[in-house]
Order: sequence, then C-alpha cells, then structure tokens
Amino acid sequence: MSALLEVRNLRTCFPGKDGPLPVVDGVSFDLNRGEVLALVGESGCGKSMTAFSTLRLVPKPGRVTDGSVVFDGVDLLELPVTQMRTIRGSRIAMIFQEPMTCLNPVVSVGRQVVEAIRLHEPITKGEAMSRVRDLFGEVGIPDPEARLGAYPHELSGGLKQRVMIAMALSTRPEILIADEPTTSLDVTVQAQILELLRELQRERNTAILLITHDLGIVNEIADRVAVMYAGRLVESAPREALFSNPLHPYSQGLLRSMPARSRPGQPLPEIEGVVPSPDQWPTGCRFSTRCPVRFEPCADIFPNETRVENERTVWCHEVERNLGGEGAG
Amino acid sequence: MMEFEPHVWSNGAVVLLLVALTGLVRFVRRDRLWREAARELWQRRRIAIIVVGLYMMIGLVDSIAWKGGVPEDAVGVLPNASLSLLDRAFVDSREASYSAPFADVEFYGGRPLRRPGSHLLGTDILGRDVLYRTLKGARVALLIGGLTSLLAIPLALFFGVGAGYFGGRFDDFVFFLISILASMPNVLLLIALIMAMGAGTLSVCVALAVTSWVGFCRLSRAETLKIRELDYVLAARALGVSEAKIILRHIIPNLAHLIVITFVLMFSGHVLSEAVLSWLGIGVDGSWGQMIDGARDELSREPIVWWNIGAAGLALFGLILAVNAVGDAVRDVLDPRTLREAP
Repeated sequence: MSALLEVRNLRTCFPGKDGPLPVVDGVSFDLNRGEVLALVGESGCGKSMTAFSTLRLVPKPGRVTDGSVVFDGVDLLELPVTQMRTIRGSRIAMIFQEPMTCLNPVVSVGRQVVEAIRLHEPITKGEAMSRVRDLFGEVGIPDPEARLGAYPHELSGGLKQRVMIAMALSTRPEILIADEPTTSLDVTVQAQILELLRELQRERNTAILLITHDLGIVNEIADRVAVMYAGRLVESAPREALFSNPLHPYSQGLLRSMPARSRPGQPLPEIEGVVPSPDQWPTGCRFSTRCPVRFEPCADIFPNETRVENERTVWCHEVERNLGGEGAG
Repeated sequence: MMEFEPHVWSNGAVVLLLVALTGLVRFVRRDRLWREAARELWQRRRIAIIVVGLYMMIGLVDSIAWKGGVPEDAVGVLPNASLSLLDRAFVDSREASYSAPFADVEFYGGRPLRRPGSHLLGTDILGRDVLYRTLKGARVALLIGGLTSLLAIPLALFFGVGAGYFGGRFDDFVFFLISILASMPNVLLLIALIMAMGAGTLSVCVALAVTSWVGFCRLSRAETLKIRELDYVLAARALGVSEAKIILRHIIPNLAHLIVITFVLMFSGHVLSEAVLSWLGIGVDGSWGQMIDGARDELSREPIVWWNIGAAGLALFGLILAVNAVGDAVRDVLDPRTLREAP
C-alpha cells in the first residue's frame, strides 16, 4: 500500500549572495493514513519550510526547485494553482504556531470558520453556522454558541488555537499539518491541545504531520519521527525505536539534552557548537562540524541512506561503517 | 440612452444616497465592532455630528426637485424651471439690489423693498436672498466633498492595495504614476484639468480627485505590504482562499479604519480646495467659495457690505469645523494606535 503523502527529494531554495541557498535539501518522507509523523529539529533546520513546501506556500522569494510531493497519486508541485487551492484547506489543512495572529482581527471567529467551510462546500450560511457550533463544542470551546460572535482579541491563546483547529478540521481533511501548534501556549494549555489533536486524529483517522522542536510532545503523540538537521533528514524511525535507541549522533545528542532525561544535580548535556547557516553548510554530512564521532569522509562525502531495520533509516557514515562490519549488507 | 433632465438625476441621487445610508446603518448595526465604534463616536462628538447632519438635511432638501407649481407672478423664476424644496421655500424672494439683514429699504439708494423685513441675512448685489444662497451652498459643498472622496478613495485603494499586494511590475508602475503626479504643482494641475474638461461640478470633482489620491495610495500600499505578511493571510492561503478573496476579505476590511478616517479628513480638504478654485474663477456654481469670491469687491465699498461674505464664510467654517471634529474623533475611535485600553 502506498502512503497518503509521499515527499521525495524535496528541495526549496532561497536566493543568496552566492547563488541559491537550499534551506530544504533533498528531504523525503512518507505519511500514511491516520498516522502522526513528527518532524523534529532545531530552529532554522528547515522543518517549517518543508511543511510550507508541501502545500506550495513557501514565502517569496523562496521556491521549491526540485522533488515531488505526491498526495493520493497526484504530484502537488505539478498541479495548476486553482486545483492546488481546492486541495488546500479541504484535503490538507494546516494550523500554525501563532494562534494570536492567525485569525483575521476584524471578523468574528464564527464567520471565519463559516467562510472556510463555504469555500470548499456548497452549503448555506445557516447550515455552516450550525456545523461550526458543533465543531466548537467538539474542539472543547466552552459555551460555543456565545463564542461564535466573538472577535479574536476577545479570546485567549488556547481558545484561538482551538478555533484554528476547528477551522482546519471543518472540512474533514485527510492530512493536518501542525506547525508547532503548542509553542506559544502555556504548559497546561499545551497538554490540552495535544490531547485534543490526538483524540481528533483517532476519531477521524486524520494523518498529522507535526512540526516541532519539543521532544516531549513527540514522545506523547507521534507514531514515527523524522529528525532534521540543517535542511536534511538525518534519521527516520518509529518513535519507540528512536527514543530507546537513537542511531544518528545528532539524534543521540538531542535526546540526551532532554530535561526529562537528565540526572538531577548534573548540568544538562548539550550539543557543542551551533547550527551553521545555510551558506556554510559542509559538502558532506551537515552535522560533521559538531559531530563527536566524525572521521575522515564525513566532512566531504554525504552519507548514503542506510536502512537499518524495517521502517528505519539513517544517514550517517559511522552507522554505515558499523553495520558494514557486521556484514549486514 | 434616455436623456433625463437635471432634477431627475438629482432626485435619483437622493434615493441612491438614502439607500446607501440605510445599507451603511444596517452594516454598522450588524457588526459589533463597528456598532461599538459608532456609539463611542456619538458619545464623543454629539454636537458636531448633529451639525453635519443638519448640513446634510439642507443638502437633501435642496436635492428633491420637481417642475410646476410656481406662482405666475414670481420674480426671477422661469415658469417651466424645476425647483427644489428649498427653492420653493424662497420663491419670489428676489429684490432689486443690496439690502441689509431685516431691512425695509435698499442699502444703497433707500428705495423700499418688495418684501420688507423678510431677508434674515439681507440680499446681494443682484437682490438675491443671502440666506437662500448660503443654504443652497450646503448641497454644493457636500457634493464636492463627498463625490470627490468617493472618486479618490477607490482610485487610491485600487492602486495602493494592488501595488502593495502584488508588488513587482504593478508596484513600479504605480510608483511611476505617483512620482509623476507628485512632481507637478497641484494647483496648476487642477487648473489644467478643469480647463481641459470644461468647468462644471463633475469636472471639478474629478480634477480634485486626481490630484488628491496620491497620499492615501501611499498609505494603503504601505499598510497592505504589512498586512500581506501577517499570519492570517498565510492561514487564509493555507485554507485555499484565492488572491482576489484575500484582498476583499482580509486586506480591505483591515484597512477599513483608514478608509473611514481618510474619507472624513479628505472631505473637509476638498471643500476648502473648492473655495480656492472659486477664488481662481474655476469653482463650482453656487458654492460658498464663489460667494466669498464675489464679495471681494463688496469689502471695499463704503459703507461695507458684510453679510454676504460673512454668511458664506461662517457656513463654510461651520461645516469644516464640524467635519474635522468628527474626523478627529473617528481617528481616536478607530485608529488602533490611539486606542485607549478599555476600563
């Protein structure tokens, strides 16, 4: 069975001083129906750009220059703009990091969701409004009837995010792309929103592509995890496998630096150095400048995709060498 | 196309205006934010709003016109002319020459008046009642201010929002246009345009609109550039909203406060500009500007004829002051930068 969304060799460039800078450089992943895939990485590693690229929403002057995004058998990157529009919002929806600014401040939230529904379905305003009322209840907005006429500035951040989720789910999309959906919310609200997302995903069998830098969230909700570093995937694995036995040195570093895993009284381990900016990325493994186990070819040759177990892929010379030693071939 | 007589147009305009006003009121009442803004505006500038409303009433009274029903012996009126309600109130008020307010006799010469004591503000050199002319000026002023703003703001929005949203070639083109307009002296351009189109209310309005849209165009372009990058526009795009709909549903409504503020401020500016044009001899017939211009010689007479210029000047001053007071409050109520925290 092929995946619902197959992203292959995706490459997104921004113009730079010395030619185009690929902020997303050859990213490939699959998203299956009803699955939660977490795309993890530090700020600036290109995870949000990957999400924007799949919906062709890369802000100018950026551009998707290569690759394919096959959704249900159709390459989205080849679609005419008008058809792309009918897919956005109706079959693939997106929620954003900043619920504070994602709603139009001069339109009541009820009407905004109504318009989102009526964009893709030919139903009357009254029908849409009653559906919005149900949706608001479903995403846990207290007193949905009264909130329909509220303006964004009258709602708290958590409520706004719930409205955004209601809007994204209003057309029963097959994929929900959530770009750091809980980053700007406080911890208790974070937990509620995550719980809500998981519930909705289970009930509606929606696939979720979760973009986050928070491994705690990943551990709670994801089925599979793709770790990104400097525009490239470095490791892709089922959640349990990754959390119990990370293979790539970067994944290992990330997991070690989780506060929940550190020992009390000990300084929190960190990965030495900083992420290089796109114009200083090494030609070989992107992580080679900070890698504790780097050796000779790392800086010059990009590691091959190494399939470790079923569903588990790593891009690392060290892993390749070890596996080669075992004669796994 | 059918040829209509002027009074038919005028009556049609009144109907249109009333329909538009009703629509506006219904929109404001339906949308809670606007309703609250309107209420606060009313609380802050009650008197100014009433004054503007009075001017509008006078303008309306002077716009409803029909033919016939004129007394046969009325002086200075063609028997077949179409007369407005206001005209009818002052029909047969014509004297032979100047008279002072409430006078029984002519100002120079001392001959008895036809209607002694009935001219509240006296009469002008041709014996026309000054109060009547002043009231008639209200319609002209409102027409100039309103029509010009209604022409200039959509023009500015079209170019400004288009340039800001789409950028690129269109932006270059708009800036080229703006630069050209900005590098010409406004008054000269006004005169040239009016000369080219021929004097008349419409051509004065068009000329004023052409020379005054640039400022708001810049403002709306800058504001669009800002809004374009906001998350809710991106979110709309992620929902599959088309570009045209994003402009109509997300950009323009978020410019609405600027549109209202600009409309009110532009309005008074245009009425004043018309006075300048009248002084140059290319104004609109029957405007206060023309009355003031016509009174230039009267100021050098001995004894001085003051009521003509006084009435027109005060009427103009009153309207501008009231509109500016409303405009100032509109800005306070709508502009988020001056927004006070709710208590």
